Amino acid sequence: MGGGIRKFIENAGWPRIIIGLFLLSLYIAAPFVNVRVLSSLSDTLVRVGMNGVLVLAMVPMVQSGCGLNFGLPLGIIAGLLGAVTSIQFQVKGLAGFGFAMLVALPIAAALGFFYAQILNRVKGEEMMIATYVGFSSVAVMCMAWLLLPFNSPVMIWGYGGSGLRTTISTEGYWRHVLSDFLAFGSDTGAFYFPTGMFIFFFLMLFLVWAFFRTKTGTAVTAVGSNPEFARASGVDVNRMRTISVMLSTVLGAMGILIYEQSFGFIQLYMGPLYMAFPAVAAILLGGASVNKATMTNVVAGTFLFQGILTMTPSVINSLLQSDMSEVIRIIVSNGMILYALTRKTQVKR
Amino acid sequence: MNRMQDNVRHFLISNSVPIIFIALSAIAIPLSGFSSSYLLQEMLTRLARNSFLVLSLLIPIMAGMGLNFGMVLGAMAGQIGLILVTDWAIVGIPGMVLAAIISLPIAAVLGYICGSVLNRAKGREMVTSYILGFFMNGIYQFVVLYLIGVRGMIRIPFADIELRIPVTNPQLVLSRGYGVRNAINLTGLRHALDNALEFNIPVGGSSVNIPVSTYLLIAVFCLFIVWFRRTKLGQDMRAIGQDMAVADSSGIAVERTRVIAIIISTMLAAFGQIIFLQNIGTMNTYNSHDQTGMFSIAALLIGGATVSKASIANVFVGVILFHLMFVVSPMAGKELIGQAQLGEYFRVYVSYGIIAVALVLHAWKRYQERERSRRSLRGEA
Repeated sequence: MGGGIRKFIENAGWPRIIIGLFLLSLYIAAPFVNVRVLSSLSDTLVRVGMNGVLVLAMVPMVQSGCGLNFGLPLGIIAGLLGAVTSIQFQVKGLAGFGFAMLVALPIAAALGFFYAQILNRVKGEEMMIATYVGFSSVAVMCMAWLLLPFNSPVMIWGYGGSGLRTTISTEGYWRHVLSDFLAFGSDTGAFYFPTGMFIFFFLMLFLVWAFFRTKTGTAVTAVGSNPEFARASGVDVNRMRTISVMLSTVLGAMGILIYEQSFGFIQLYMGPLYMAFPAVAAILLGGASVNKATMTNVVAGTFLFQGILTMTPSVINSLLQSDMSEVIRIIVSNGMILYALTRKTQVKR
Repeated sequence: MNRMQDNVRHFLISNSVPIIFIALSAIAIPLSGFSSSYLLQEMLTRLARNSFLVLSLLIPIMAGMGLNFGMVLGAMAGQIGLILVTDWAIVGIPGMVLAAIISLPIAAVLGYICGSVLNRAKGREMVTSYILGFFMNGIYQFVVLYLIGVRGMIRIPFADIELRIPVTNPQLVLSRGYGVRNAINLTGLRHALDNALEFNIPVGGSSVNIPVSTYLLIAVFCLFIVWFRRTKLGQDMRAIGQDMAVADSSGIAVERTRVIAIIISTMLAAFGQIIFLQNIGTMNTYNSHDQTGMFSIAALLIGGATVSKASIANVFVGVILFHLMFVVSPMAGKELIGQAQLGEYFRVYVSYGIIAVALVLHAWKRYQERERSRRSLRGEA
């Protein structure tokens, strides 16, 4: 019995257990400090739906041995391009959302392809380079947002008449089109469940899961587990890595569109800069390592991470009369990434 | 003749990054319309302001640990020292020295932590030190926001102990009683070092100010690095940078030496941040250290350094070129396209882009070498 517990702790790792217990204690403490558990839970669920696909975008690259996808902003940029194009052409409702996807996905695939060509040449140092490829693409797009010939009056600066705004509302276009699909909740508004968003999230989870059961998917996993062995058994290592990077980038583009339709705003310019970090932290929190990730990791990790993000402001603030949530968020998310990077077992690669 | 051509080509290839930036500046300077005396003054000021920080990156590169993104830890330590000294109202050189005395031990401890963490992540030091910077930023914010103040926020239950670092100056502490304000005016320390010994030289109608004392300090530090390379410890570091396994089997305490390299770098970064902020004169408690790491690393790389090789010359060339672009590009963007914002984003892009390119080039070279040595084992197919 004791051995079982010790094994569980060893498998899960101390940080995850501490953070899990922390979240549990937040939920237990919530009623005592007048925080409504039901509405907190509902907030958490909405945020899980918002961020789920972005976290899922980590999986293909982790599985193929490309490490954590710190270059997520690249996919996000493709999604943003799709989003602003759909508003430019005034496509509304579910069609507008679909149109945004339609524009975003080929761009994401193309960007992912080039991104993969870089990563295939820098094996072993993907993560640092991915970070800076993401950062520089965000900076390039900052210039592009100013110069691209968008002219819809809801998107450009009121003065000057050119250049996109930093935040653009999707209100009246496709705000909540997915969230409100089949959504249900209590009449008082205390509880709300964004069914459509979850249907989409689980559909994506299923598709990625199914992909890793196909021949190509298995080959991708093989490349991640042992590239030498994969090569010896006739797998084209670079091709499999390219596929995984493209898939990650495409999922990133989808992820941001889901995020925006629920959030209600498109954030341009420096907005996407640090968006990879919460996603990376979430999947690691869910039990993934630098070279292995499953669908369970995605779901559990997103729920745990978003749970902490929703619960800490309300509970800690009423407990200590001070807003410590930001500091806790920084320490938890980066602490988790740091832990994953320094696991002794993974140092040799 | 052929020999000379080859030499020229080698020089051009190995210095391609600085050459590109010299060309960029050559286009941008006339566009910006700044006068030469203004630019000269800016460059002299910025060289004095930033060189020390960039120099602090050299030692970890020597030890083969790549670019020390963890230098922000040192910057944070430096800022803690400055906050306390400002509260005690100790001004001038004594204030700076005291700030250094406070921050150097903190930086040493942080450096030790950073070094030990990096020893657990051999082969991916850069990404780990980068994330460690973020992590420590969380701890720093916790200390600065909740532990420093007139009254403490956190009390230990059942004991009458309040966790707090006493700072009482109302210009520093938020009105709620704890937490440091975001903008701190370092009036007493402003130009304390720069003005200790300075020269004014007339250049074309206006005069250019040279902070000689700061340059003297930087020169001393350069000599220290030159000397350090020749010591036993410096040689050990270079050996580790060449090949960790070989260094280990020849009896060098690899892990210990790597920790020392990071401790030195972090302590120097702390002092560098103090020099940097005494020149600026104001401190953003929550942002100043953030950009320190990125700007220093970008400057070093623009100077022609790589992840595994950096010299003192790279530092100075890099600081000048990076900051020349920094000053000139918003105005050039405005003249060229009519939007200063564009030049602003361009310089953000260059800072990120140059780091990305440098990392890619280095990793690519290493990967190719590895592939080649592996192919030699494979034999003919």
